[in-house]
Amino acid sequence: MTARLQHRTGVLWIAALVHRLSGLALAIFLPVHFLTLGLAIGGEARLDSFLRWTDAPLVQLSEGGLLFFLLLHLLGGLRLLVLENLDWHDGQKQLATLAAAVSAVVAFIFLARAL
Amino acid sequence: MSLPLYLWQRLTAAVMAPLVLVHVAVIFYASRKGLSAGDILGRTRGSLMWASFYGAFVAAAALHAAIGVRNVLIEWSPLGEGRAGMFSTLFGLLLLVLGLRAVAAVVLP
Amino acid sequence: MSETSPELTVSLWRGAQQGRYVAYKVPMRASQTVLDVVTFVQRHLDPTLAYRFACRVGVCGSCAMTVNGRPRWTCRTHVSKVSKGGRIEIGPLENLPVIKDLATDMRPFFEKWQQAEGSFVPSKTRHDPIETIAPGSAARMAADAAIECINCGVCYAACDTVRWDASYLGPAALNRAWSLVNDQRDAGGAVRLRAIAGSGGCQLCHSHQSCQEYCPQSLNPTRSIAGLKRRATRAYLSGELKA
Repeated sequence: MTARLQHRTGVLWIAALVHRLSGLALAIFLPVHFLTLGLAIGGEARLDSFLRWTDAPLVQLSEGGLLFFLLLHLLGGLRLLVLENLDWHDGQKQLATLAAAVSAVVAFIFLARAL
Repeated sequence: MSLPLYLWQRLTAAVMAPLVLVHVAVIFYASRKGLSAGDILGRTRGSLMWASFYGAFVAAAALHAAIGVRNVLIEWSPLGEGRAGMFSTLFGLLLLVLGLRAVAAVVLP
Repeated sequence: MSETSPELTVSLWRGAQQGRYVAYKVPMRASQTVLDVVTFVQRHLDPTLAYRFACRVGVCGSCAMTVNGRPRWTCRTHVSKVSKGGRIEIGPLENLPVIKDLATDMRPFFEKWQQAEGSFVPSKTRHDPIETIAPGSAARMAADAAIECINCGVCYAACDTVRWDASYLGPAALNRAWSLVNDQRDAGGAVRLRAIAGSGGCQLCHSHQSCQEYCPQSLNPTRSIAGLKRRATRAYLSGELKA
């Protein structure tokens, strides 16, 4: 029997999916990030030429996206840490939405200054 | 996921929350100031503080990501717990090695 | 009866684990429930249709099915609330083996209930004085908030962690365990803690809250499971629980 996805539209289900997907995106990004930093082993000139490449608008846009994923994962994760370790509070949907909104705003500010 | 793994996942998350905020602030600062590689390395080379900060960050991130990936593999892939554990351990080790190498690259004098 | 009375097109799952949706035409009636519709099909159109119900007034939980993708009690679901352009799709509850058509095998659900030590363990005999329980105590209020579960399986069907991990005990079993953890008369203690924090335990919950969203009794298993997580963490860190 095929699964129907209709009931999977709840805010908190989407929040959990976003949390998972942002985590996966960060997990894929991290090795790349570490490798580029390791360029510094080759001396400051190599790192410098890489840093200049990161000034390109397309790279800045991806960095904005990464920051967005990072914040989504962090703020969503904080909501979970509170939920799992402190007393229960209703209003989880509102908190999840707030976390997403703050992440979007901060990432937007970063992009607005960078581009 | 066993209870100990769950606890390590949550502990590394809690440890990383402040570390991430500091890291993001540092990046914002560096990009606003337009720091070059020379400027950055001048501040990080030989610094015990940056070594400890980023060393801890890498260790926590490697463990947290490995456990997270393990959960995703168990729930979303046909791999069983054993193979998922194996892949995620390798992934965690990869992150640890690459991460500590990167930290060494910027802090070793 | 009017020749042109409006009709519903109802797609019902026919078969077992393998099967297909078959469409039936059912006359529309005022205040019709989804259970009325299924009953009409079985009585007037196809007597081979298998389905379950009992009380038909929303107190037993037997009639739970998947209606347009959502797990609900069919006797408490008005057709007017769920029909999309005169069409409804009805299937058996998810995450459970299908016996036939709309009837599922509830055994895995109840086996996990047992696995979670979801039964009261007495600690006294008839010769002991009756336990005084303060109804306003935090523990009793926590137990009371979780106790009205009638094992209908809707939360289990709604839970994606159950879908993705066959070992997960699920919201109902863990919610019941929580009500017993908070029952001061219960002597299940260490055994139950090991059960809810072991394989398939509370630590697998991702807090989607689909269980809470769909529970017809307005229970909140996510809240109960969060309580179990705290309890298990304390027990593990204090050495009371050896994982």
